[in-house]
Amino acid sequence: MEARGAVSSLRQGPGSRLPAWALGLIPLALIAAAVGVFAALGAPGLGERSGPPIEDLAVERTVLHPGEIELTVRNDGPDQVGIAQVSVNDGYVDFEATSKEVGRLGSTTITIPYDWIEGESYEIFLLTSTGGTVDHTIDVAAETPEADSGFYGLMALLGIYVGVIPVALGMLWLPFVRRIDRRWVQLLLALTVGLLAFLAIDAVQEGVDVAQAGPQALGGAALVFVGALASYLLLAGVDGYMTGRRERAAARGGDAVGTHLALLIAIGIGLHNLGEGLAIGSSYAIGALALGAFLVVGFAIHNTTEGLAIVAPLAEERPGLSRLALLGLVAGAPAIVGAAIGAAAFDSSLAAFLLGAGAGAIAQVIQQIVPSIRDADGRALHPIAVAGILAGLALMYVTGLLVSV
Amino acid sequence: MSPRISRRKLLGGAAAGAALPVLHELIPHQGLHHALDGASASSGHQHTAGDPAAVDGDAGMHSHNGFAMGPEVNHRANGFDPSAMVRDFDWGKTRRLASGRVLREWEMVAIDKEIEVAPGVKYAAWTYNGRVPGPTLRCREGERLRIHFGNGSSHPHTIHFHGIHPAFMDGMPGLGEGIGGGLIRPGETFTYEFDAEPFGMHLYHCHATPLAEHIAKGLYGAFIVDPKQGREDADELIMVMNAFDTNFDFGNEVYAVNSIGFHYAKHPIKVKRGELVRIYLMNIVEFDPINSFHVHANFFNYFPTGTSLQPLEYTDTIVQAQGQRGVLELRFPYEGRYMFHAHKTEFAELGWLGFFEVA
Repeated sequence: MEARGAVSSLRQGPGSRLPAWALGLIPLALIAAAVGVFAALGAPGLGERSGPPIEDLAVERTVLHPGEIELTVRNDGPDQVGIAQVSVNDGYVDFEATSKEVGRLGSTTITIPYDWIEGESYEIFLLTSTGGTVDHTIDVAAETPEADSGFYGLMALLGIYVGVIPVALGMLWLPFVRRIDRRWVQLLLALTVGLLAFLAIDAVQEGVDVAQAGPQALGGAALVFVGALASYLLLAGVDGYMTGRRERAAARGGDAVGTHLALLIAIGIGLHNLGEGLAIGSSYAIGALALGAFLVVGFAIHNTTEGLAIVAPLAEERPGLSRLALLGLVAGAPAIVGAAIGAAAFDSSLAAFLLGAGAGAIAQVIQQIVPSIRDADGRALHPIAVAGILAGLALMYVTGLLVSV
Repeated sequence: MSPRISRRKLLGGAAAGAALPVLHELIPHQGLHHALDGASASSGHQHTAGDPAAVDGDAGMHSHNGFAMGPEVNHRANGFDPSAMVRDFDWGKTRRLASGRVLREWEMVAIDKEIEVAPGVKYAAWTYNGRVPGPTLRCREGERLRIHFGNGSSHPHTIHFHGIHPAFMDGMPGLGEGIGGGLIRPGETFTYEFDAEPFGMHLYHCHATPLAEHIAKGLYGAFIVDPKQGREDADELIMVMNAFDTNFDFGNEVYAVNSIGFHYAKHPIKVKRGELVRIYLMNIVEFDPINSFHVHANFFNYFPTGTSLQPLEYTDTIVQAQGQRGVLELRFPYEGRYMFHAHKTEFAELGWLGFFEVA
C-alpha cells in the first residue's frame, strides 16, 4: 500500500506539532488577509467597469386583481436599476413600487392601478432611469386566485385528481401482475423503465423551459441539472442505507426486494409529480389553465401508468394494504403540494430545481429496476426488455399528447 | 359597467367623501382626461381634502393614465421649463445695415447635455443652446439673418434651415466646405447668412449623418418668419411636437410637445377667454411617420406652413408628417379646461397631451 504510506508520511511532516484545526485554518486566514488587503488598497490595477450600467430585470411573478396589476421584478444584472415609469399597452400609468431602486439580485413589487379586461393581452414596459425598457407580456389576463382555504382546497382536489387517484387506479393492476408469468413481469418492468425514461426527458425539458423563462441570476437552467444530480445522489444514499438495513433484516428473514424497489420507484414518481403539480398550479394561477377538465383527464390517464410502474416489482410479494396505500401516497400526494406551491408562490428557479430533482430521482430508479429485467444470461437489453421499454415510451408519448400545460 | 368597476368607483367615492368623483368617472373620455394631475399630492385613487384638483372643481382629476406620481422633471437642471418655453420667442439682436435693411443675429452653440425627459428618466441629448427644442428663432420677412454657430459638442453637426437660401448656406455636409461651412466639426464655428424668406412657420435641424440620430437626439427648433405687415395681435404659443427614443430601438418611448411628456397636463397653458390664440406648431418626431394635433371643444383656422394669410381649413384636428408645420388660430368662447393632444392616441398616452386653462 504505497499510497497509504505517502499519506501517512505527509501526516508526519514538520507541521505536525500544530493541531489539525490550526493547519486547516491557516490557508483560510491567508485568503481573508489577501482579500482584505486587496479591498483596502481599492483593488489596484482594476478600474471601474467602463461603459453604461447593465440593466437586466426579470419579471418573476404577475398577479392580477380587479383593477390592479402587480408585478414582482428581480434584478438579474450586475448593476442597480431604477424604475422610473411604467407603461401598459403603450400608455404611461401611475404605479407604486416597494422600492424604485432595485439592487443586484434584489426584487421589488410594482402595483399598477389598471382596469384590465379578462381574456385580453397586455404589453407592459418598465422605463428605467437611463431610458432602458423592460418588456413584459401578459398573454391572457385572468384574475389571480386568492390564496385562501377554498383555494388550497381546490389545489388539493386538483392534486388528488392528477396524482393520487390515477396512481391508485394504476396500482389495481397488482393482482394481474401477480398472476402472470415471470417473463411478462419482466416485460412490465421494462415498460416501467420506458415510462420513467419518458418522464425524465419530459421533466428536464420542462425544467429548462421554466428556468429560461425566469430570472437567470440564481442559476437558470443549470438548476435543473444541479437538482437532478442532487436527487440522484440523495436517492442513491437512501438506497445504500436501506440496502444495509434490508440485509440485516433479511438475515432475520424479513423485508423483500420488491417492496424496496417499489418504494424507490414511488419516491422518484413522487418527485416527478411534485414538478407536475407545480406546472398545473402555476398555470392555474396565471389563468393559462383554461382547459382544466380536459387537462385533468389527460394527466389522470397519463399518471395511471405510474401506478403500474409501482406495482410491477411487487409480483412475487404480498404487501399489506396499508403499505400499498403508503406507496400510492408517496407517489401521488406530492402533486397536491406542488399544485399549492405552484399556484400560491410560483418561483421559476425553485420549479426548475424540483423538476430536475424529479429527473435525477427517476434516473436512479431506472438503475434500480434494471437488475430485475436481466435474463438468465445477465443481459438487460434482451428483446422482451427492449419491446417493453419502447412500449413504455410510446404509451407515455401518446397519453402525453392529452396534456399540454 | 361591470360590478368590478362599480366597486372600485365606490371605494374612490368613499375616499373622497363625495359622490362627485364617482359621477365624473363615468363620463367617457376620462381616461385621457385623468392624465396625471401632477399638482395632486394624493396617490392611487384616493382624494384628500385640499387636493388642488378637487379645489379647482375638477374632482375627477386623479391619476389614471400618465407618468407616476412623485417628483417632477427637474426643469432647473434641464435648463428649460416648457411652461416658459411655450411663449419664448428669440428675436436675436438687430442693427441697421448701411442699406437700411435690418440685420438680425443669433448665437447658437451645439452642446451635449443630459436632460430629464420624463420624471426619473435621463437622456443623453444633443442640444442647440442647451435646450430641446432649440431656441425659437423669430424674424421678419426680408431681413438679413446671421446665425453664428459654434460646435461645442463632441460630434460634428450643422444647422440646416428650411427657407430659401443659396446651397452653401444649406447646412449640408459637403456643401459650402470651401467657405468653412458644410459639416462643422467639434470646436469649429461657422456663420450662416441668408435672407428671411418666405414668411411662414419653418424649422431648422442638424443635417449631419446619420440624420435620424442627429435629429432624434434633440438638434432641432422652430424658425418663424413674420410677414412684412405682421399678423393680428394674439397670445402666441410655440409647440414643437417631439419624442425621445430612450432605449435606442428606433422607436420612441416618450412623446411630448416641447419635450416634457404630460407637462401641460400638470401645468395647463393659461389663456384668456375670447382672446385670439395663435399656435406655431411643428412636428419633428423621428421614427413615426405622422403626428397630429387635436383640441377639445373648439375649432381653429389652419394655415399650413404659415405661408398664406388665408386659412386653408377650419377644423379641430390636423395631421403633420415629420418636418411639416403650420399656424393655428383660435379663440376659446368658454372658460374651463380644454385638452389638446395627438389624435394618434398612442402618442397621447405616452406623453403628448396637455390642457388649456381658459379664464
